[in-house]
Amino acid sequence: MYIIIVGGGKVGYYLAKSLIESNHEVLVIEKDPQRVNVLNTELGVSILEGDGSDVTFLEQAGASRANVVIAVTGDDEDNLVVCQIAKHKFNVARTIARLNNPKNRKVFRQLGIDVTVSSTELILSQIEQSIPAHLLVHLMTLRNAGIHVIEVEVPADSPAIGKPLRELGIPADCIFSLVVREGKESIIPSGDTMLQTGDHVLAVASEQGEAALRQIVFGEKVNQP
Amino acid sequence: MNIVILGCGRTGSYLAKKMVMEGHQVSVVDSNRTSFALLGPDFAGELILGTGIDEDVLIRAGIENADAFVAVTNHENTNLMAAQVAKYTFQVPRAICRVEDPARQEIYRNLGLEIICHTIWEVAKVDEILAQDK
Repeated sequence: MYIIIVGGGKVGYYLAKSLIESNHEVLVIEKDPQRVNVLNTELGVSILEGDGSDVTFLEQAGASRANVVIAVTGDDEDNLVVCQIAKHKFNVARTIARLNNPKNRKVFRQLGIDVTVSSTELILSQIEQSIPAHLLVHLMTLRNAGIHVIEVEVPADSPAIGKPLRELGIPADCIFSLVVREGKESIIPSGDTMLQTGDHVLAVASEQGEAALRQIVFGEKVNQP
Repeated sequence: MNIVILGCGRTGSYLAKKMVMEGHQVSVVDSNRTSFALLGPDFAGELILGTGIDEDVLIRAGIENADAFVAVTNHENTNLMAAQVAKYTFQVPRAICRVEDPARQEIYRNLGLEIICHTIWEVAKVDEILAQDK
């Protein structure tokens, strides 16, 4: 697929890197010349210096043949306009916007943006579709600590179903804080609690703890970004 | 009329003063407190500090009862997003928005926004002045 990423900050950088590794054709549009230099030396993909919400640069980037345009700048208003221009001017089939302020999710949906996400991993899952959407959502990242608050929906084929939590080998840096079960009272889990299909688990985890959580709940190894 | 103006720069402050003078209820939103100085000490409208793409800020500015919303910050994408929030989330009857980029004017006009593009006006004016010399 041909994928245009607007915004070459941290999210854009890792996103481009992962997409290249999955053999996609990637172009990054970045405004800041200094950042462009960094990307050029470190990434080795096509970088276009310019404003990604400007028709001229999107045209130069070949937006009309792009399969996906992803806007991951630090400003929601820029991400919105990038996606709207990609969609309405260049007929791009799929537009994905990073939300910096989760409050804007409703507005973006109302204005026709296909997908809004708040983390690199979720963007990847939307593109590769190896993980069904919204099974794992980052709710919050605690600054400087590298700790995430995550919500996980337990799929029907989860290997974690039917076993008490204490037998799942959950590491110390991943804490299951709450299990929300539809139609029932929420459970503050103990070692005896058993998960069911459709449960929403709120967990607090480090990067490694999150990887372990994915393995426990989804039964698969997911590449670290 | 109840008018909410986003952006208290040259255009926003001048417009706000004019609208108040014409007897309208005006609130001005800006994320920078010092911008309000442009309104002068006697300004009779409301001042709201905050970012204009935040619904709560717009509600504080009275957008739910506004007859018109005008987005004239220096950042055109902010104007485009705010005007769309005003029009589609809050159903403000008139949502007017300033952009610099003629291409964006065309795209968003097709999407139903009322857009002012000063670049087009300036170029037309210069063209007109030069044409007089021919």
